[in-house]
Amino acid sequence: MAVDYKALKDGGFMRQTQKNHFSLRLKAIGGNFTAEQLSTIAEISKTFGCGQVHLTSRQGIEIPFIKLDDVDKVKAELEAGGVYTGVCGPRVRTVTACQGAEICPSGCIDTYPLALEISDRYFGRELPHKFKFGVTGCMNNCLKAEENDLGIKGGYTIEWIKEACTLCGVCAKACREGAIAQTESEILLDETKCSNCGRCVKSCPFDAWRGEPGYILSFGGTFGNLIAKGEPVLPILRDKDALFRAADAALAFFDKYAKPGERFRVTIERAGWEAFRQTLETEMEAAYNG
Amino acid sequence: MADFQIDAEADITDVVCPVTFVKAKVALEELEDGQIISIRINDGEPVQNVPRSLKEEGHQILKLSANGDETYNLIVRKVGE
Ligand code: SF4
Ligand code: SF4
Ligand code: SF4
Repeated sequence: MAVDYKALKDGGFMRQTQKNHFSLRLKAIGGNFTAEQLSTIAEISKTFGCGQVHLTSRQGIEIPFIKLDDVDKVKAELEAGGVYTGVCGPRVRTVTACQGAEICPSGCIDTYPLALEISDRYFGRELPHKFKFGVTGCMNNCLKAEENDLGIKGGYTIEWIKEACTLCGVCAKACREGAIAQTESEILLDETKCSNCGRCVKSCPFDAWRGEPGYILSFGGTFGNLIAKGEPVLPILRDKDALFRAADAALAFFDKYAKPGERFRVTIERAGWEAFRQTLETEMEAAYNG
Repeated sequence: MADFQIDAEADITDVVCPVTFVKAKVALEELEDGQIISIRINDGEPVQNVPRSLKEEGHQILKLSANGDETYNLIVRKVGE
């Protein structure tokens, strides 16, 4: 029987230079693996591979030098150890994430549970071309949100609480955007300069800034053959429902307007950024009312 | 605003980040719980990061005041051992 390389590739088995060998891509979410999963992976690598793994640029793990004859066995043994194969081809790929608010003091949003939700909802979904999601917890952008077809960045919508403020002077210095000015009696915020970074909230010793977590989305990032950074199209979104409505609308737009084999970026540019923005807003509105 | 009873002073304007934080931390380690230190820090990166880092360590920031020479005095109360 002829080998179905495409099916193998869709299931994460990447053909190697060496005949009949595959580099096996594993399913990863937000770059987190448990110690048990790592033990399973190590065992498989020693038994069926070359005793080595490769860490990919998108927080994944590949086990190279898996032989064609062992593919089914390897898959079964991995699954028994709670490890699943990844995907390749024209579909939603590994969802990446930084450590976020759970672990990182700078984080404005809890990135890992969000990456899990996104992965549950979209991972493997077929589209005109590959599609990457990435979640970064704050403006420091360790996860580089704008490299992704759809990037998500945590931010705070802020509000000054006059009664709690001692005019200590810390927030005005912590702000890198020059959005905060301090007078003898109050703090003045220039919202047009505010980047939602949340540094004022994090630095205030007296909890005199309230920070409401939100999501800043970027669309159309790609860092392969074509290099372009994702662009913000919507204002900061305050809740997760809105985030998923926007993501649903973006994927529907891609499905509807893309020529086969075209990256999301190219589709948006052909349709026009303004048309894309309007579609998003209309679809989000419809989903909200529906 | 009331002035604070300063128990100790430190100057971290002679070092750059991230050593600024380390030097401030060492200075705080010499204090007893509840004592107050005035730390002189540079404008720019240090003043943007040091107060926040000390707060995240659990100390209480009381005041930041400009000295008019691109340095600031950060008044901190030590919290915990
Ligand atoms: S992007 Fe922000 S939250 Fe995420 S690891 Fe970097 S600093 Fe922390
Ligand atoms: S850091 Fe907090 S207490 Fe200090 S001036 Fe800003 S809002 Fe007021
Ligand atoms: S959220 Fe960031 S940019 Fe906005 S005022 Fe606070 S520190 Fe400045």
